[in-house]
Amino acid sequence: MEYQAKELFAKHDVPVTEGIVATTPDEAKAAAEQLGVVVVKAQVKAGGRGKAGGVKLAKTPDEAYEHAQAILGMEIKGLTVNRVLIAPGASIEEEYYFSFLLDRANRRYLCIASVEGGVEIEEVAKTNPDAVKQIPIDPGTGVDEAKAREIVAEAAFPEALTDQAVQTVLALWKVFVEEDATLVEVNPLARLEGDVLEALDGKVSLDDNADFRHEDHAAFEDKAAADPLEAKAKAKGLNYVKLDGAVGIIGNGAGLVMSTLDVVAYAGEAHGGVKPANFLDIGGGASAQVMADGLDVILGDEQVKSVFVNVFGGITSCDAVANGIVGALDLLGDAATKPLVVRLDGNAVEEGRRILEEKNHPLVTLVDTMDGAADKAAELANA
Amino acid sequence: MSIYLNKDSKVIVQGITGGEGTKHTALMLKAGTSIVGGVNARKAGTTVSHVDADGNDVELPVFGTVAEAMQETGADTSVVFVPPAFTKDAVIEAIDAGIGLLVVITEGVPVQDTAEFYAYSQNSSTRIIGPNCPGIITPGEALAGITPATIAGKGPIGLVSKSGTLTYQMMFELRDFGFSTAIGIGGDPVIGTTHIDALEAFEADPETKAIVMIGEIGGDAEERAAEFIKANVTKPVVGYVAGFTAPEGKTMGHAGAIVSGSSGTAQAKKEALEAAGVKVGKTPSETAELMREILKNA
Repeated sequence: MEYQAKELFAKHDVPVTEGIVATTPDEAKAAAEQLGVVVVKAQVKAGGRGKAGGVKLAKTPDEAYEHAQAILGMEIKGLTVNRVLIAPGASIEEEYYFSFLLDRANRRYLCIASVEGGVEIEEVAKTNPDAVKQIPIDPGTGVDEAKAREIVAEAAFPEALTDQAVQTVLALWKVFVEEDATLVEVNPLARLEGDVLEALDGKVSLDDNADFRHEDHAAFEDKAAADPLEAKAKAKGLNYVKLDGAVGIIGNGAGLVMSTLDVVAYAGEAHGGVKPANFLDIGGGASAQVMADGLDVILGDEQVKSVFVNVFGGITSCDAVANGIVGALDLLGDAATKPLVVRLDGNAVEEGRRILEEKNHPLVTLVDTMDGAADKAAELANA
Repeated sequence: MSIYLNKDSKVIVQGITGGEGTKHTALMLKAGTSIVGGVNARKAGTTVSHVDADGNDVELPVFGTVAEAMQETGADTSVVFVPPAFTKDAVIEAIDAGIGLLVVITEGVPVQDTAEFYAYSQNSSTRIIGPNCPGIITPGEALAGITPATIAGKGPIGLVSKSGTLTYQMMFELRDFGFSTAIGIGGDPVIGTTHIDALEAFEADPETKAIVMIGEIGGDAEERAAEFIKANVTKPVVGYVAGFTAPEGKTMGHAGAIVSGSSGTAQAKKEALEAAGVKVGKTPSETAELMREILKNA
């Protein structure tokens, strides 16, 4: 969110005015009393906040109160606004766009800069692509002062701002590298009265894989906005994404689980259009505890009518997975109430199937193929 | 023939003494791989005990550095099992030592680390596969990675996939034909070997008669592979893309598997592949059936 991006900007000496975060209209008013003319800005992880009515200028503290009252609680792109940023009003003379990002296709980084307008950058990119400069950055060498000067010259920042721009580019590069970001965007980067360059709004995307070297990044997570089932799964270390459907899915390996969702959606076409309820990758292990945790999360989803467990035993053997399922059902006891369709293949599949057949649990149906099992799970969800 | 890896490959394991390293060294040996040693700076000079494919006991030497391991054993391939925090250093060490093929299994490597070591490899003779991948198998010859060697045997199909378990699933579906080489390139945003690299190698490999290419949502690697196929690949290619039901803005397990805006959707990838003359299956089983028809009529 904007206020968090600004925190990171300030930490690395990017010129920015952080403003004050408010969660109630009273707090917004108090902040405005301190700051004077302010902008009340909705804080959600989505673009287009201004167009949605989530950004309003307030000339007096009472106006700040009113705007905060209107904006807090509103929905922007499906996200509820729980806090607003009270930012000091600034007299903007010009707006620029600046970002560093990961360029997947070329396996390096990219700097995008434009001195033609800030907020409407997508529009500028369409109508006047030459005004949007793209400067590749070699991950091996990064951005030093010479490279920063090259970027500033290429983007054609006004001469009066050159030195400030170079320092800002270097500071933003520090944000990108030292915070392990995949995107650092300033939009707009503004020239204020008196030729002062300042980041008025920003966005930073951080790489989860690098969390181990950034303990402070956990604080940026928006726990209030997370789906409760996703939060529960995360607390148990499960890789779970909530979707809108009736067939709960458990599988191993991201690709196979994605594929399972698709196969269930196709099968659902013949069964009243039922859809997959979630993505859940239990990874290689699939112990009884992981299986029980996964089932527990999925059975907590009121929309779920049936569950499809789709495991290909690669390194994991199917007998371990079968024992996991049996153990999970024992652990859950009466809490397990929905039918389970299980498809096992691969390593030690006969033993795995035998374990489930012997257990003969009333909720469990074994099906030989992925397509057949998806069909059965969809049928049960539509019953 | 095969691509990148064969029975003559001499393989070392970086992280051979760790849990995953130990488990998979045993499985790679069982698959027939010529494992000649391993690396762990803190355990240099010791050995680890394993059993080879013929059931004989072997003592594998542990070296302090990749350079030393290569010098003593003539190794040309390394498989990396070290934890994410140490992966970049391990990879750069192997590149500096001049290893030919470097298979990075480790999951959860920060993408800036990968971008850095990939850039570093560009001025070297090292080919990187991964990170976050199942590695590569040339059935009946060698395995550098964690793909189960028992799923399918040798045959005419070349397979390249972003996903591990989908690789296994597809090998299982087509076990009646078998594979020249199956390679899992990984699902991270930045990877060392791409679909295009593998397609190019399979096109040049006389043993490979047809190619299965498995993609998933995120990025535009499949679209670029489609363009490459159209211009450069004469062998039949069958495709599969996972993630049609994935919603925008949600990462589906793999760090790179995310639809952002209108880019990276499974539908767009399928259409690009079909426009390049690739037959694309709706499900893994349908994809296997398309391949079976091609091979039966060949």
